[in-house]
Amino acid sequence: MAIEIIRVAWRSLRSNKLRSFLTMLGIIIGVMAVILSSAIGLGTKNGVTKSVESLGSNVLTVMRGSAQSRGISQGVGSATTMTADDVQQILDQDPDVAYASPVVTTNAQVVYGSNNTNTSIVGTNDSYAAIRNVTMQQGRYLMAQDVMTASHVAVLGSSVAQTLFGGRNPVGETILIQSIPFEVIGVAAPQGASGLASADDMINIPYTTEMSLLTGNNRISQIVASAKSPDVMYRAQLEIESTLRVAHQLKAGMADDFNILNQTTVLNTLGNITQMLTILLDGISAISLLVGGIGIMNIMLVSVTERTREIGIRKAIGAKKGVILFQFLLESLTLSVAGALLGVAIGGIGALVAGRLMNSGNLFSPVAAGLGVVFSVVIGIVFGVYPARKAANLKPIDALRFE
Amino acid sequence: MSLIEIRDLVREYVIGGQVIRALNGVNLTIERGEFVAIMGPSGSGKSTMMNMIGCLDVPTSGRYVLDGYDVSALSEDQLAELRNQKIGFVFQNFNLLLRMTALENVELPMLYAGVPPRERRDRAMEALERVGLKDRMHNRPNELSGGQQQRVSIARALVNHPVLLLADEPTGALDSRTTEDILGLFEELHEQGNTIVLVTHEPDVGQRAKRIVRFRDGRVEADEWMGADLGTAEDGAAAEETAAGTAEADAPRTGREVARRGD
Repeated sequence: MAIEIIRVAWRSLRSNKLRSFLTMLGIIIGVMAVILSSAIGLGTKNGVTKSVESLGSNVLTVMRGSAQSRGISQGVGSATTMTADDVQQILDQDPDVAYASPVVTTNAQVVYGSNNTNTSIVGTNDSYAAIRNVTMQQGRYLMAQDVMTASHVAVLGSSVAQTLFGGRNPVGETILIQSIPFEVIGVAAPQGASGLASADDMINIPYTTEMSLLTGNNRISQIVASAKSPDVMYRAQLEIESTLRVAHQLKAGMADDFNILNQTTVLNTLGNITQMLTILLDGISAISLLVGGIGIMNIMLVSVTERTREIGIRKAIGAKKGVILFQFLLESLTLSVAGALLGVAIGGIGALVAGRLMNSGNLFSPVAAGLGVVFSVVIGIVFGVYPARKAANLKPIDALRFE
Repeated sequence: MSLIEIRDLVREYVIGGQVIRALNGVNLTIERGEFVAIMGPSGSGKSTMMNMIGCLDVPTSGRYVLDGYDVSALSEDQLAELRNQKIGFVFQNFNLLLRMTALENVELPMLYAGVPPRERRDRAMEALERVGLKDRMHNRPNELSGGQQQRVSIARALVNHPVLLLADEPTGALDSRTTEDILGLFEELHEQGNTIVLVTHEPDVGQRAKRIVRFRDGRVEADEWMGADLGTAEDGAAAEETAAGTAEADAPRTGREVARRGD
């Protein structure tokens, strides 16, 4: 009997193909949206993680903090207490730190032949490449020797190389940074943008050279360091903090004159943002599914009215309440399940396309698909019960008399 | 025991706050194998009577016993089962399901009776053959003439071997030649032993029955036996009382055992 009822339900849906499809559309769009939102959320998260990690994993950045002048804060970045010695002490004392580099940053006009650009000149040492995952496209990176001798050598970011040299090989050429000649020893491979600053739009020179020729003092702007593994990031952060407090002779109760930025924290923050985005999209999907369910109920009510006579005939020749209830419930369930499966198919294709576009591999989430289908089934039942009960409760004589 | 026993049956409807008494104390007994026409002008209560006999509606008060089952005591689902097992309906406008073939329409009562598919098919084909529609069984109702559609619905009515064939104006939508066909079929079924109750307002259709029960104002006005085989025609309220008694005496031909106890 169950099979017969399924056949009856299926036939009735097939005889109204367009209407059935339009009714399913709400569910199709809803399930599709669930899958796509999870795909986009996952894709964004992957993308952010990848671009942050491309600038080095396990990175801790120590920034200048606020200087205190007789109890009055001078604002973030005003402290001028960080020096290259701090870097050496971190390397000597902190067991969980793998690498540490000083960073001195300034902006300068750079000229090669008739081309010129204004870019950021990042003075650092040889470890910087290991911390920031810098790989070379051409030539070599800074070496310890360059830093010790404060030699006039420069490693170009890929976009700077493009601006100054076009397609030509810059290695061995001489550029002018604030009218001081530097020899180009290498070009870094593109790393992509992270936030507003592009890691490709800068020039690396030895920090010793930058201090003596460009900034004129021995203060550094940042220390970048990397922990030995992701698990010891927080320990490394604590070690650096205590080393710097000792080095800067800060007494207990005095605030740090530096800030440590933990890459994991940054990733978590970005992760939270993408999660919010996903929740928002999921909310929209849920509303769409709900509207789809109301659409099903609407059409089922119309269908019950249209088929009042059919219901009367069936009841007259012996259909019990439960049979009629089951038949109509099954129709709304078929609508929602068929809609959900179509939604999974379309959403799956969408996720595949999104994966290609975002360069992010497989973004189709079976969990999201399963959730969408289950939710649709629930909606099919919830919104199908009322029309089906209405049909089942029709009195046979009233239904037969209905024109 | 009689097939149908109706005692002091009352059916009231409330329409717009007003109580309308469609049936006002009906007494009626019908034996197995009878061919009864229920006649009367519109508003006489004959349609309500047909709904009552067909277990489509329940009385406000009074008693209706069909084949040993007290209808007024049954739930909605039990009534559905009773209709399915005991009654074959033939309607004026056929009431076939348009999306199904003739064969599927005939199978439907057996579907609700839980008959297995194979047997269902065989019995439906047999029933269609019996009404002369074997070659049209895969057609849908809109591909059939009115007379053919009514034959399909008669096949559907017979297929569960009901104890009662209940026809509501079965020729109302047919031309005179097809009417003759269908009435001939009813006579044939009657001769095979089926109990037939036919509701009509057309005198010449009513004449084909062996007994005419006339309704007026919600009561039985006259109860007449027709033709040679069942003798006396009586009229008036007195007939109601005698009907039960005499019917027992003139126990009708039973031809073939059609009564099938519901399980």
